[in-house]
Amino acid sequence: MRDLVSAGTPTPQPAAAPVALLEVEGLKKHFPVRKGVLGRAIGRVHAVDGVSFSIGTGETLGLVGESGCGKSTVGRTVLRLLDPTEGSIRVNGKDITRLGKTDLRPYRREMQIIFQDPFSSLNPRMPAGEIVGEPLAVHGIAQGAEQQERVAALFERVGLRRAQMKSYPHEFSGGQRQRIGIARALALNPRLIVGDEPVSALDVSIQAQVINLLIDLQAEFNLSYLFIAHDLAVVEHISHHVAVMYLGRIVEYADKKTLFTNPQHPYTEALLSAVPVPNPKIKRAKKILQGDVPSPVTPPSGCHFHTRCPYAEARCRIEAPALKQLAPGHLVSCHLR
Amino acid sequence: MPGADRKPDHFSGVCAVTTIDHAAELHKAGANVHGKLATFVFYCRRHPLGTVGGLIFVALVFAALFAGWITAHDPLATNAEDSLAAPGAAHLMGADVMGRDVFSRIVYGARISLMVGIGSTLLGGILGVALGLMSGYLLGWVDLVTQRVIDIMQALPLLVMALVMAASLGPSLENTILAISIPLIPHVARVIRANTLSLREMPFVEAARAIGMSETRIAVKHILPNTLAPFIVLATAQLGSAILTEASLSFLGLGIPEPYPSWGRMLSESAAEYVRTAPWLVIYPGIAISLAVFGTNLLGDAIRDILDPRQRS
Repeated sequence: MRDLVSAGTPTPQPAAAPVALLEVEGLKKHFPVRKGVLGRAIGRVHAVDGVSFSIGTGETLGLVGESGCGKSTVGRTVLRLLDPTEGSIRVNGKDITRLGKTDLRPYRREMQIIFQDPFSSLNPRMPAGEIVGEPLAVHGIAQGAEQQERVAALFERVGLRRAQMKSYPHEFSGGQRQRIGIARALALNPRLIVGDEPVSALDVSIQAQVINLLIDLQAEFNLSYLFIAHDLAVVEHISHHVAVMYLGRIVEYADKKTLFTNPQHPYTEALLSAVPVPNPKIKRAKKILQGDVPSPVTPPSGCHFHTRCPYAEARCRIEAPALKQLAPGHLVSCHLR
Repeated sequence: MPGADRKPDHFSGVCAVTTIDHAAELHKAGANVHGKLATFVFYCRRHPLGTVGGLIFVALVFAALFAGWITAHDPLATNAEDSLAAPGAAHLMGADVMGRDVFSRIVYGARISLMVGIGSTLLGGILGVALGLMSGYLLGWVDLVTQRVIDIMQALPLLVMALVMAASLGPSLENTILAISIPLIPHVARVIRANTLSLREMPFVEAARAIGMSETRIAVKHILPNTLAPFIVLATAQLGSAILTEASLSFLGLGIPEPYPSWGRMLSESAAEYVRTAPWLVIYPGIAISLAVFGTNLLGDAIRDILDPRQRS
């Protein structure tokens, strides 16, 4: 088994191909807040409020942010598990934002998801082999013995035994269950996998194994990942590019190295200074944010971050900063940079 | 009872105290019980009352299946000479005013009770599951309409509703089953809907959607099997009350018509007139009803504990 550090610290490649695998533009997802007998909308949760990014083939975009910042909603909206309020999602240059159920089916094969909770993401009444074989059955790819064979191959690829196909989810450990989830996502040979905090519910030792498995699979199948996480160490390990989200908006986007060595947005700075360093002798000036994330129902005016920003000025309260390019491939949304 | 009689299983005796405790814990949790028979014995020992209930239920099924083989008399045959005969060698539990053997009628009555109990529970259960699943999975206006109809159904007491049904449909076995099954629907639908509401938000349902599975297939393959445990719990609990409702309806003259032996009507025929002079006509059907309801309720409680530990009170 490869250790965490040497395991393919992949060199970030600037996307050479003009058409990225996934292009998201101005994505918004608002949830109505309903109240009363008639369910009248009395407000809206601005879960995702204008997010744009793209992911090239074989690339990983790490999406980080606090809980409730909308990063999971981005993942689910990209997969069309939620319908976007505004904006566009293009896969291979094809707009899938408004596709109906039947038209969407072929694109379901291209994009899959791995969930955070390895316990609730598997149907407790279905044997593991059937869970992994289900995508093949639904899309009519393989039946009977052929399906069994493909499922067995998937099991072996993710490090499970073929004999475990008949076992039910409760007979597996958390890490093994996550491997089943990965095998299910791989079954359709997708090109993009959305990982919704796929390792944050696992033990640290198991996290490394699963992350390494994901990196190996990426190299083998040329997969693209949208990797949603709040653990920056994990994101640093697996990502090529990183986008930092705050209250429904991307505040900074850069390749991994730039973001971790030269963060420009005050929020990114604060996040990075909160990462624990495994050396008690190193003393750092910690930038601890005050207060909580404001409510996404009534987000602050101007820059969403101004209520907690140590450098906030008058115009931050009035004018929302645009995401502007500081250096090639380094985007920041802050008036002060 | 101390853990002295429990073997420490395959653990070595090096740290005897902890291994015995560990094995005992595992044993208590049923973790080291393998095989179908062993599991069955394990649950029987853990739920002695449920086992009693199960035995009563098995006896009831046995009586219903082999009624002709158990009894010496035709339950419908009248005999003027034996009218109101006291329990004895000829008639184990005596005879009624028409000289019909009470024991035979009670054994054959198990058939009616079980048919009504199982039939109405199944019918009401299937309709309730379908309604609850639809209501909880589709939501929107389907849910709104279904829930209001169920509210109305639930506002009427079960017995009164069954009474109205039986009275308007007329007394027969089929109509009795129908009358008892309909008040069951809202109960089942409520439980299944609540379960569906929580299941539909589970990530494994989202995963099925991400695969491109159709909504109907998700509801049938992913939601329905997971509502089975609460359904079985509810169904066994309802079995006893269905038997009781049949007895009540028959007692009121709206259930199973003459001459078929129904425990409830056996009671009502004789309660007022003969309770002093021929008490066996009241006592034995009464015991039969009580035992059947008691047994199915005990069994239902045990099944609830086994399948749904969260509901344990």
